[in-house]
Amino acid sequence: MSVLLIAEHNNKEVRPFTLNAITAASQIDPDVHVLLIGNNCENVAKSLSEMSAVKKVLHAEAAHYENYLAENFAPLVVKVSENYTHIVSSANTFGKNLMPRIAAHLDTSQVSDIIKVISPDTFLRPIYAGNAFATVKSSDTKKCVTIRPTSFDPCETSGGSAPIEKIEPTEEFTSSKFIKREEVKSDRPELGTARVVVSGGRGMQNGENFKLITDIADKLNAAIGASRAAVDAGYISNEHQVGQTGKVVVPDLYIAVGISGAIQHLAGMKESKIIVAINKDGEAPIFSVADYGLEADLFEALPQFLEELNKLNSIQK
Amino acid sequence: MKILVAVKRVIDYNVQVRVKEDGSGVVTENVKMSSNPPDDNAVEEAVKIKEAGKATEIVAITVGEEKSQETVRKALAVGADRGILIKTEGTVEPLAVAKVLQKIVDKEKPDLVFMGKQAIDDDCNQTGQMLSALLNWPQATFASKIEIKDKVLEVTREIDEGLETIEVNVPAIVTCDLRLNEPRYASLPNIMKAKKKPLEILTASDLGIDTTPRVQQIKVEEPPKRKAGIKVASVAELVSKLKNEAKVI
Repeated sequence: MSVLLIAEHNNKEVRPFTLNAITAASQIDPDVHVLLIGNNCENVAKSLSEMSAVKKVLHAEAAHYENYLAENFAPLVVKVSENYTHIVSSANTFGKNLMPRIAAHLDTSQVSDIIKVISPDTFLRPIYAGNAFATVKSSDTKKCVTIRPTSFDPCETSGGSAPIEKIEPTEEFTSSKFIKREEVKSDRPELGTARVVVSGGRGMQNGENFKLITDIADKLNAAIGASRAAVDAGYISNEHQVGQTGKVVVPDLYIAVGISGAIQHLAGMKESKIIVAINKDGEAPIFSVADYGLEADLFEALPQFLEELNKLNSIQK
Repeated sequence: MKILVAVKRVIDYNVQVRVKEDGSGVVTENVKMSSNPPDDNAVEEAVKIKEAGKATEIVAITVGEEKSQETVRKALAVGADRGILIKTEGTVEPLAVAKVLQKIVDKEKPDLVFMGKQAIDDDCNQTGQMLSALLNWPQATFASKIEIKDKVLEVTREIDEGLETIEVNVPAIVTCDLRLNEPRYASLPNIMKAKKKPLEILTASDLGIDTTPRVQQIKVEEPPKRKAGIKVASVAELVSKLKNEAKVI
């Protein structure tokens, strides 16, 4: 039994959720091989080989692998999959886009977004926006599994020296073409892995008011999140959305400001260690999951919050 | 151009889902059911394309129990031309749905297949990608913008890092994000008219597809409950609690 883990990367470095996926893969079976598909990504191969949980790196290079199109990746994964019992990747937009294409080629019923490995064929996964947990057992001989990154710790990035094996690329799928990617560059921690997240909702009223959130986030070295309502209203861009159809976050501290707490939003943050809710509606459902609730007008509370933070001698980073 | 839109009937997004006491699933009796929200976006986009004169026919399809007809009728009321229900019993996994849809695509020969990016019941996010694989078609997932340029679609996709634009040749599969458009409400006259639109009913076995689940659901349980929190009276108290009690700042 061996597990094939599909690495997510940007051809320069490993993307962080790959580390969580490696941990999950090694809980299924310690014999974890990582498949790296990319273009000019030798450095990524090297860093993967140095991770102690990785037993082997399979490395395929081609120009058409540059932008991770599932149509180009899937045939290679299928070709390599012969020697493996499990194919694993993270359940973020990378893995969500890719894994079902692989699973269908392999005639396997995929298990999505697992939060726990119970045994090599049995997993725990949230359904209904996390309002129920299902224990599921796969009867397929080859299993395709995506893992919820926030439910597994990142693996060690050193201590290993796995061999790197070059493999032949598969042909290009010519009916799909990458055009461009608009990444929002930010010095802040990534939303998915940040220790602190400050999120704004419809109560922010407009995009400019998010400055109040930004100021606090700067102070706490936090990532900025948002409810779907705030993104839909155009206050902030889509990559900030936390919830059932956005990102799932599990920070040590989640501060929800002007967010009522719809089921769909709670799905993305209710596993956070400490939840703070600031809302002027005392009946808002967000208070039902909050460790600390402050019923207040956010336009008064946030400047005061910043002031109080400024008074502190030290703040954890 | 012909568009096939796949829709699913699910527990309404506003319902607080409850787990059955025997752990066999969630309570669905006397619970409000609706169309899966991103599927509404898929229907809306197809209708907009047809209204712009770029599509000639929209066929709405669902796979599910008899009552799933309601969801197809809703699509018909919004502007789909005819409907198909593939009748099944019990749980049907995305792979089986994709196989059913593949059969229908072979028969109907649509140029585009639209559906929501994920169903809000099982949260799988698989069917569109699986159908693309089975057909060996391009897949444009998590679409928040679609532009049709003759036989090519330019699709903006919502990804973790921001936005990505790809071009896919027709025929293609598009899975829709909630931000793709604003689904319209069906007017009462259109709801009445939709009742007269053709709706074909088949079974999965008519199509030769075995829908037996491959993943067994052993048990369903409630997630661990968070312990009740407290209300603080002031910002100063909040910051003090975070610093000294929770020790997170």
